[in-house]
Amino acid sequence: MKAYKWMAALSAAAIGALAAGHAGAQETVKVGLIVSMTGQQASTGKQIKAAVELYQKQNGDAVAGKKVQVILRDSGSVPDNTKRLAQELIVNDKVNIIAGFEITPAALAVAPLATEAKVPAVVMAAGTSIITERSPYIVRTSFTVPQSCVIIADWAVKNGIKKVVTIVSDYAPGFDAEKSFTERFTGAGGQVAQAIRVPLANPDFAPFLQRAADAKPDAIFIFVPSGQGGTFMKQYTERGLDKAGIKLIGPGDVTDDDLLPNMGDAAIGTVTAHFYSADHNSPKNKTFVEAFTKAAGFRPNFMALGGYDGMHLIYEALKKTGGKADGDSLITAMKGMKWESPRGPIQIDPETRDIIQNVYIRKVEKKAGSLYNVEFATFEAVKDPVKAAKK
Amino acid sequence: MLLARLSQEEVTGRLVGRAHWHPLEVLFWVAAFATIWLFPSKHLILTEIAWLALFALSLDLILGYAGIVSLGHAAFFGFGAYTAALLAKHEIINEPVIALVVAGLAASALGFVTSFLVLRGTDLTRIMVTLGVAFVLREIANQNGWLTGGADGLQGVTMKPILGQFRFDMFGHNGYVYCLVVLFVLFLLARRIVNSPFGLSLQSIRNNPLRASAIGINVNARLIAIYTIAAGYAGIAGALLAQTQAFASLAYFDFERSADLLLVLVIGGTGYLYGGIIGAVVFKFMHDYLAVLTPQYWPFWIGLLLVVLVMVGRERITGWTAPFRRMADRLDWRRLRPRGETTEGR
Repeated sequence: MKAYKWMAALSAAAIGALAAGHAGAQETVKVGLIVSMTGQQASTGKQIKAAVELYQKQNGDAVAGKKVQVILRDSGSVPDNTKRLAQELIVNDKVNIIAGFEITPAALAVAPLATEAKVPAVVMAAGTSIITERSPYIVRTSFTVPQSCVIIADWAVKNGIKKVVTIVSDYAPGFDAEKSFTERFTGAGGQVAQAIRVPLANPDFAPFLQRAADAKPDAIFIFVPSGQGGTFMKQYTERGLDKAGIKLIGPGDVTDDDLLPNMGDAAIGTVTAHFYSADHNSPKNKTFVEAFTKAAGFRPNFMALGGYDGMHLIYEALKKTGGKADGDSLITAMKGMKWESPRGPIQIDPETRDIIQNVYIRKVEKKAGSLYNVEFATFEAVKDPVKAAKK
Repeated sequence: MLLARLSQEEVTGRLVGRAHWHPLEVLFWVAAFATIWLFPSKHLILTEIAWLALFALSLDLILGYAGIVSLGHAAFFGFGAYTAALLAKHEIINEPVIALVVAGLAASALGFVTSFLVLRGTDLTRIMVTLGVAFVLREIANQNGWLTGGADGLQGVTMKPILGQFRFDMFGHNGYVYCLVVLFVLFLLARRIVNSPFGLSLQSIRNNPLRASAIGINVNARLIAIYTIAAGYAGIAGALLAQTQAFASLAYFDFERSADLLLVLVIGGTGYLYGGIIGAVVFKFMHDYLAVLTPQYWPFWIGLLLVVLVMVGRERITGWTAPFRRMADRLDWRRLRPRGETTEGR
């Protein structure tokens, strides 16, 4: 009899342990965060990682009775790495959500995987318009490049800029930028004297800038990915274009908050359109910038916002589903979600799963000894113009 | 010198003996195929190891056996990858195995054409030329965005099932078996090649091209031949990657990819066919483990490990693999070589 009791106790304990283990597994919602911590886009990875960590520090790691666990992986800025890592995270780590994706090729490579595995992919950085169309499980919390380009074109027309040379990086977001700006600008009577494309990897802008200057435009429209603005600005100054009276306009990637403090006074006066500036005047942003700078040791840029709001979206979606973490419930919950972000009011478009947000016109100014993009005009609730035009 | 002291039968005996399968080799491949059932959750990384091993094997054929230093082997890798991906995307060849062969042949053709450039000059010129070829191809792929997708990578590739039967599943099971079988078949072929008179003549060219030509070996023709074969191998490795990922990007042509490949051979050792495979296993697992442990600072640790590896010497670190090395020696021609000469550092 004693032996039986012993066995019964043992099996009860075993069942208990199994049940607990099972319950434990259910209690955790795993988020696979794939960004580049090394390689060309490392600055983006650093910003997103810091923002995601800050969000979890401020809001705790539990939501709707679940623990949210972030698993960070380095893509090394190589898209086939991103795909393999996403596959491993989904298959082995059983993540509920994948997020990150610093460049368009990485996001596009993951799209078929998100569809097949029915795992939501939260794009926190990459800005080509088409990304959200590639899988019904993709949502975006960063921006689309045309969002800013169309707005800056409107502004340029209104402010007497008639002749522009465009310089963009030679890849999809660059084409997006060139196309959306040119269409809007020439549609309103402006003239694009030259359209120049520069290589994406390790570009030398000097010869292109010379060509641009030779065309004697009123302004140069510039789009380079986050991280290359510093080099561009340096060569722009070296060529003396800042003194030749050629204005610099573009989406805000070129005066990225990450690099702006070190660009020097040549950047002053650059007018850009973008969805976020660390200088954005709202109490919510003031607290965010303060907390971010304190925790990370550097100023947040627009990529940080993609990460911060991406986490917010995940948390809020989990609250709405009551902790249900399957792909379909989460995506349904995310559609149409609205909130007040440090960048201003934003919404996930229920139809396209892309972001709707304010775009601000800003000018680089010196404030308290440091350079900032100071906002002076607001265009409210801008949808992705490329997808809007398709309808 | 040494050969002169051996009778002809002894030489023949040794050469034939080298081509025999050692039990450890059999064990190695049994273990490799056992991973299919033993580690189903690791198939994705094992797939990467399989194509990297094939890629390293390809470089070893020209570096370890023929003494051609290349820093642009990614040219053929990328070319094969894009060929396979494009064939699948435009539904020109729907069956992956046939597409793989075509990609390999295409890369071989490219290897044949560029081999004439590589024949010129010494090691330094070769490094520059191979590097240049890879850069040129990368730029061509970048500029012809209508075909290759440019910097965004080639999107919209859908792979049909292997042999019309086995689908590339999300878990990477079929993909892994496919890559492993291809690796094994091409390894067998490479083993046959290096143990053939042709392979032996390559090794004599590596050791002393002048003397090789003096004993009647057509140095240039043989170098062209092995370069063409190796290019085909690299192309197939690239095609495997493109097929298992259903994707191709400019990163395939990157200098880093050629450089990493050289690291793989430094880790595994050159001049014996298992060097590339072992190097690939060590390099990938090390990379993966460190990158998971410290996503931000892993390149530092990889760098440190490599410095240690070179400073301490592979022999001392891998002392525990002595039986394995002996097996490698059997495969290798080292035993026939006069003492004092070594392939290390080549």
